[in-house]
Formats: sequence, C-alpha cells, structure tokens
Amino acid sequence: MLQRVLDGAALTRQGDIEGDRSARAKATIVALVVALFLVALFSLASGASDASAWDVLTGWTAAPEAGDAALTARDRVIVYDIRLPRVVLGMLIGAALAVSGAVMQGLFRNPLADPGLVGISAGASLGAISMIVLGSTVLAPVMATLGIYALPLAAFSTALATTMLLYRVATRRGQTSIATMLLAGIALAAMASAFSGVLVYLADDRQLRDLTFWGLGSLAGATWTKILAAGPIIALALVAAPFLARGLNGLALGEAAAHHLGIPVQRFKNVAIVTVAAATGASVAVSGGIGFVGIVVPHLLRLLIGPDHRYLLPASALLGAALLLLADAVSRTIVAPAELPIGIVTAAVGAPFFLWILLRRRGVLDL
Amino acid sequence: MIEASDVSVSIGAKPILHGVDFEARPGEVTAIVGPNGSGKTTFLKALSGDIRAGGTIRMNGRDLVGMKPWQAAAMRAVLPQSTTLSFPFTVREIVRLGLMNGRSGALAGESERLPERALARVDLEGFAGRFYQELSGGEQQRVQLARVLCQVWAPVLDGAPRYLFLDEPVSSLDIKHQLIIMKIAGDFAARGGGVIAILHDLNLTAMFADKVTVMNGGRVAATGTPADVLTDEMIHRVFDCRLRVGVLPKGDVPFVLPQSVSL
Repeated sequence: MLQRVLDGAALTRQGDIEGDRSARAKATIVALVVALFLVALFSLASGASDASAWDVLTGWTAAPEAGDAALTARDRVIVYDIRLPRVVLGMLIGAALAVSGAVMQGLFRNPLADPGLVGISAGASLGAISMIVLGSTVLAPVMATLGIYALPLAAFSTALATTMLLYRVATRRGQTSIATMLLAGIALAAMASAFSGVLVYLADDRQLRDLTFWGLGSLAGATWTKILAAGPIIALALVAAPFLARGLNGLALGEAAAHHLGIPVQRFKNVAIVTVAAATGASVAVSGGIGFVGIVVPHLLRLLIGPDHRYLLPASALLGAALLLLADAVSRTIVAPAELPIGIVTAAVGAPFFLWILLRRRGVLDL
Repeated sequence: MIEASDVSVSIGAKPILHGVDFEARPGEVTAIVGPNGSGKTTFLKALSGDIRAGGTIRMNGRDLVGMKPWQAAAMRAVLPQSTTLSFPFTVREIVRLGLMNGRSGALAGESERLPERALARVDLEGFAGRFYQELSGGEQQRVQLARVLCQVWAPVLDGAPRYLFLDEPVSSLDIKHQLIIMKIAGDFAARGGGVIAILHDLNLTAMFADKVTVMNGGRVAATGTPADVLTDEMIHRVFDCRLRVGVLPKGDVPFVLPQSVSL
C-alpha cells in the first residue's frame, strides 16, 4: 500500500517552488483518502466467514430493498454488526495512535517520542485495569455514573497524569533530552505496571480473562457500544489536532523561538498534552496496547512529505487508519478461523522498523 | 522606541541583572557589547519576554507585561544565537515559519515569494530546496535571519516602528557575510525600524552602530555613541585588557579592518 502511495505522489507533478513540498503533501493526502477507502472496503469484504461485503454494496446500489432481501440474515449480522464496527473502530484507533505519536514527537521535538515507548500507554492501561478490576467494588459509583464512558475516561485520566509527569521530568527550560525522556518513560511504565500488577493479583477469574484479552491488544469484540464509548473522545482529539499544527511547527525551532513567533507556548503545550492523553487513553481503553503505529506512521510520512504539521497530522491520521486496518486484516486471516491479537502484528512489523530508525540516526542522536 | 528601566533578573537565587536602564530608538542600530557573562543575552531575553524581569520594559510605549505573544510578535522579531532542528525541514519551510503570525507587512505582490526574497537578502539564493540540517553553522544562521526578516519584513507597520533583536548575528560568519548582515541591520534602521544587536566585534560595532551600550557584571557600564564609548579607559575597565583605540600595528604585522571594505 505504501508503494501505491509513493507512486501516487510521484505521478502528481511537484510544485514549481523549490523547497516547497505542500503540493506533494496535498497529493499524498488525496492518495491516502483513496487508499483508506479501498482498505476499508477490503476489510468489510474479507474475513473468516464467506459473507461478502460486495453483496451488501451491490445490494445498496442496485435496488435497496431487493438487495437487502437477497442477503441472508446471517450475512447481514456479520457485515453490519461484526465487520463494520470493527472497521470503524480500527480506523478511529489507527488514526488516534498515529496522530498522538505525531503530536508527541512535535511536542518533545523528538522523532522517537511515542505514547507506547514512553509509558503513556502503560499509564492509560493502569486506568483501564483499575476500572475493570475495581469497577464492581471500590469504583462502583464511578462506573454507575459514567456507564460505558467509565473505562475510556479512566484510561484518559491516568494517561494525562503520566504525560504531564513525563513532560515535567524530561523537559528542562524547553529542551527535552532524548535519554532522559526514554529513561523517564521506562520508569513511569514500570511504576504503572507495578500498580497494574497489584490489581491483576486482586482480580477474580472472570476479570482475569477480560484482562488477558484486553491486554494483548485487539480489535476483536468491536461493538457499536465500544465505538459509542471511545469514539467521541477520539473524535475530539482528532478534531483538535489540526489546530495544533501551527504551534508544533513553531515549536520545531525551540520554545523561545515559538514564543517569538507569537505562539502562547504554555497554553499550547497544555492543549497538546491533553490531546495526546485523550487519543491514547481512549484507544488503550477499547483495544489494549497496540504498539508502534505512533512511531512508524509519522516517520514514514516525514520522509515522504516533510515535517510540516499542517500536512503531517491529517496524513498521519489517514495512514494510521489504513495501516491498522491492514494489520487487522492480517491478524484475522493469517491463522483463520482463529485470530492473532493485532498488537502482535503491529509489534512484529513496528519493532524492527524502530530499530532501523535507531540505526539510521545512531550517529545523530545525542544520547 | 524600546525603553527599559531598572530591569533586574535573577536565575534561581543568582542575580544576573541589576537595575539595567536602556533605550533603543527606531532609525538606529543599538549595539550591546560586553565581556562573556556580563548579562547581554539575559537582557535580550528579558526584552523578548522570554524571562520574567523586575522593572519595566516598554515597546512603542506599551508595557511588555500584559502584551500577548502574537502582539509582541507583530512588533519585533528575535534572531537566536543558534537553532538546531530535530526534523528534516527544507530551508524554504524554515523561512516560511516567519510568516506564521501573518503580520509581515509585505505588499500584496511580494508576499507570495517572500521566503525567496529574504533568502536572496542574506545571500542564500538557490538554497530554498536544501535541507536545513545539511547546511554549515554560518548558513543556518543566515537561514534563521531570513526567517526573522520575513516576520517583520516592513520596518514600519501601521505607522509604528518594528524591531529586530539580534543575538550575536555575525558570530559564525565569514567577513563577507558579516558585512552583508550588518548592512541588512543598518538598512532596516535606515528605513525606520529599530535594531538591537549583541556584538563581540568592537570594530563592526564602531562601523555600524549608532548607539552602544556596554554591559559588565549585569550592569550598564557605559552608553552613548561609539566615539563616546569606545575609549581606552572603558576597554580597560570593562574588558580588563590594556588596549588602545585607533593605534596601527607596528611594521610588517598585517591587519584587516571591516572599515576598509568597498562594496
């Protein structure tokens, strides 16, 4: 798919202005919209069952009533209630993970920042696990008040706390040391895991089973309820992200220079941190830990269209959504009729990619 | 006009500036000179609003406290000593960031290609498509100057003068580009803007500055025209060097002064 994107960008004529990649970036975004649409169709049409989304679609376009009647009831359930929510959730989560990676990297001025690598996902997990394990006892009132939103909001709160802590520890006078950030991330992740471990120890059998499936990172069990719970928070973060572009571009020059360019730096950083925590928290709450999307997607796009966040953020959302759907298709089909948790697929592809970035930048990194 | 009175700054418990009084007028290049650690950069940070300072700082009569970042950005642009990037921006993309505030003041016809014009001003024509990280230190410094020039392209906007704050703008440049950059500063002042530049080269200061403020130990040691300020006594007192102004070296020792330029 990436090759298709690269080809698409090469086909469109580059802008006449030297050093201006905005024309290429816009063409890439258009290509990504098309690619995402195709991947989504493919996802709807494929799966362990032989129910074909084509039948559904052709039914729609030809004669709505007749077409619907032509489908068996079983196929309708599979397409509308199993595959469609899964595709929608996959797109939301892929976009959220990629965008929160891109925003983090811009905020920390560091291409290696990623919610999964620096403990924010672990922080979000702590909130989610607390809710799963304590939701019927200590946190029962919270559960009762917030209903389906309890899990994503709990993950969001702990993700926010972790992000703020990390920023405090790793950033001094507007400069983030890569080494301090990664090490602080390890420490924060370890702390969050320790608390999570206590909770897992306290969990009963039913909760343990829930935790295991949730923790592997999976889109399986996607339902319209889950989308209703996490969707609004993710959508808010995705809507907020484009407004961060100008500030992130300014921040690339350093905090002082961003201030000189007219950006209210402190307020901007607060908004960016809340956005990252919202996107990460809500995704972790519904799908567990899906790693490396946040680091691979923005990195590939920076190679292709450059680091201008006005284009990088929307392109990341689109490519993140498309790649996660592809990864999900792989996880559903590779060991069909069983399925592999998607977190395993993204880690298997993403971890070597991360090592490759490290190797390429080894000389440049000031660790 | 930029007026600072009784400006004091402490970093942690350590006092850096003690009651600095300073002014810079539009139409003039005001140089700030002084030994390392005398508080020049800290003072420029106070003027830029980067750090909280005691005393009052006014820009065109308005108090810096209570000015929004974008309001200050429409009035002055700041060139830092050096800027490193973590992401692969092209030169044009960096220069274009200067237009972010939308108050360049460029005429409608020239705003489209302003980054190219600014790059030509700093003698970097044809560099637009290069990657910033691949340039030498001196070239990067000039790219940043082009960005800063874009931000306050018109030295006067809506009848009010604008200002360039330059922190050691020529420190990493060869002699040709030192002269080009100082001429850009002089030209900005001649067209009605104000320039405040931290300089280390006393000869360039004598040649291009209209006013000089000498700082030492976080205080203003002297202020006035270059002829008033750059004296044997001042250089000895502030820089702790027994130098004499206007003395030619003996016999066959070659020397090159920027004043000998013919452009």
